[in-house]
Amino acid sequence: MNRSWKKALFAAASATAALALTGGAVAFCGFYVAKADTKLFNQASKVAIMRDGDRTVITMANDYQGDLKEFAMVVPVPVVLEEGQIHVTDNAIIDHLDAYTAPRLVEYFDEDPCRVYEREEMAMAAPTDAVTVTAAKRQNGYGVTIEAEYTVGEYDIQILSAEQSDGLAAWLKDNGYMLPEGAEATLGSYIKQNTKFFVAKVNLEEQAQTGLKYLRPLQLAFEHPRFSLPIRLGTVNAPDGMDGKQELFVFALTRTGRVETTNYRTVKLPTGQNIPLFVKGEFGEFYKSMFHEQVEKENGRAVFLEYAWDMNWCDPCAADPLSQTELRELGVYWLEGGDRSIMPRRPSPGGAQDVFVTRLHVSYDAEHFPEDLMFKETGDRSNYQGRYVLRHPYKGDATCEAAKAYRAELPERFEKEAQMLASLTGWDIDDIRDKMNDGGQSFEPPKPTPWWKKLWGGEDNKEG
Amino acid sequence: MVNTVFKAALFKDPRYYQLGVLSVLLAFGVTTRAFEISPLQIASIFAAALAVQFLGSFMTAVRFDPRSALITSLSLSLLLRADSVPPLMIAAAIAVGSKFMFRLYGKHVFNPANAGIVALLLMSQTVISGAAWTTPGQWGTALWLAAALAGAGMFVTYRSARFDVPLIFLSAFATLIVARALWLGDPLAIPFLRLQNGALVLFAFFMISDPKTTPDGALARAVFAVGAALIAYVLSYHFFISDGIFYALAAMCLMRPTIEAFDPAPHYRWGDPVSAPHFMPRFWRRRPDPLPAE
Repeated sequence: MNRSWKKALFAAASATAALALTGGAVAFCGFYVAKADTKLFNQASKVAIMRDGDRTVITMANDYQGDLKEFAMVVPVPVVLEEGQIHVTDNAIIDHLDAYTAPRLVEYFDEDPCRVYEREEMAMAAPTDAVTVTAAKRQNGYGVTIEAEYTVGEYDIQILSAEQSDGLAAWLKDNGYMLPEGAEATLGSYIKQNTKFFVAKVNLEEQAQTGLKYLRPLQLAFEHPRFSLPIRLGTVNAPDGMDGKQELFVFALTRTGRVETTNYRTVKLPTGQNIPLFVKGEFGEFYKSMFHEQVEKENGRAVFLEYAWDMNWCDPCAADPLSQTELRELGVYWLEGGDRSIMPRRPSPGGAQDVFVTRLHVSYDAEHFPEDLMFKETGDRSNYQGRYVLRHPYKGDATCEAAKAYRAELPERFEKEAQMLASLTGWDIDDIRDKMNDGGQSFEPPKPTPWWKKLWGGEDNKEG
Repeated sequence: MVNTVFKAALFKDPRYYQLGVLSVLLAFGVTTRAFEISPLQIASIFAAALAVQFLGSFMTAVRFDPRSALITSLSLSLLLRADSVPPLMIAAAIAVGSKFMFRLYGKHVFNPANAGIVALLLMSQTVISGAAWTTPGQWGTALWLAAALAGAGMFVTYRSARFDVPLIFLSAFATLIVARALWLGDPLAIPFLRLQNGALVLFAFFMISDPKTTPDGALARAVFAVGAALIAYVLSYHFFISDGIFYALAAMCLMRPTIEAFDPAPHYRWGDPVSAPHFMPRFWRRRPDPLPAE
């Protein structure tokens, strides 16, 4: 019980949003790759943030798996929210956003080297899931004021303000929240910054009526000049595994352009590299290793950009762009309500949606990320995606001179792919070479054609 | 002989040192830190800045001297970003143009690069959304360290020139955010994270330090630097404006003539040594004669 509380409380923290949200939560979801059947990152949180001027809508998805009675979440918020500013939405929307922005694996098949073209097919997508939190209740003698109480969807929600961190901590403890050591100081800091606390628990009756086995994402809409995501409560108590780090995915929906962090470096993940064919069977592992390796390279201090794109289209598409209805649900208020459900995959002349999506991925702990994530929206509208390429060599018969040169170059190309994979993921180069050999990517140069074969032409002895 | 003269100029005029450091930082940033600025954009900034410098010199009948325009161009290349070329050219033109357009008591009012940045940031928030932006978080520790060392190096090399401004500014700013962290009960890692910011260090050592746009009197300079730190702090922490330092400097430049009136001193000329600071107000001195534009 205690443990799961703690987990829940702290995981949630990571999930939060603009302006001071701190959430403690805990249960997380995972990051799924390769058509979402491999759990990649446990304890990951997913947060979508619509931001335009001071207007903010935060959607916090959670994948809480434990006892619903124990679910609780604490999120620092900048203002007291009215009932209409809180909403519950459908998991599918966040999943769709996740799939649309996921890093992708692309396959190309070399054509007959005696001709020259390339064809493309695309393969897959990936990731995330997210956060949950814990909550509490109740009242006086603590210097804690319950500013408002609502039941929204399956959640019982209270909005608290507090005068002292010890009062708030006591209140939370007396109401069944397990606070780890060190949380009080963080609460105190938020209180002095005039932050309110949004706490939520599950209303079991309401939850039963939904007929769902899971909890739906909570959404908060408010206006505040500060554009940030509170992660500090989530770092107080490191969860097990993941080197004590927590995974967070932020999907920002904006009008002007890409979002980046101002107090940490935002780094683009390496993209566009050719990698060995066997990775197709283990794209999830590849992506996870590569992400971990890049985090190490940046000394654990960077936020990674995984996708930045105009919501109008994609190429290749890991999933269709979100519909106007879905975007409005996520807070994109400037879109007309009319339903043009599916958007075109390719840019449509004149049909701009005016929505830019940024996907950020951060693996954080208190040591490397002492402060909440502070964001800014830039004017950068250039497209970026995490994209990894498989190039299948031509397998058919080909006899022209170009084919010989083509085959002679293959071992070198495979070697480059092996080295690229090793440098991206930190995997052992010999293991990579072995796997490539097993998969038909041989490093043996083709045997040179004997000189006499050319003497009398290939009419009688056809080469293979 | 020529060599000696050259060396003397090199060590007397801090602009050469600035040019060298800023060029190295830009090269380093573009190659290793993936600064999001293209060679074409950089070239356009230089072209616009030099063209306006030439035009301004011609119209005000002073000798064309590219040094200051080059420094302005490098600063803009390091600090300002845009999706296209025109916003950066406009920034460069405004930056250098402001030296000729806005003058008071024989000095230009605004720090040139700062004027270009602030003008574009204001434009981005009003007329053309997202026209240009700054990237305060994109420097990384290595580049921050390089900028800080270079700044310190300049202080040592040209201690006779008035490089008390960066130290006063940084000390005041650091004091404010550390005090805030102590009051909030935050770990000191938070203010230190904020100080380890390449844009902040570059701003302190290579922008606000500009002897042409800081007050000439030592006391007035201290007021100027502390005022900028205070405004930057308030904008950043109470209004959540991530570009607070740039607005702060522009505001202080506007106030500078008033501050100077209480502590008049001879105008700085490039290469001038500056007397040791003496913190006695000198109300009785007359405003010095104006200098021509550069």
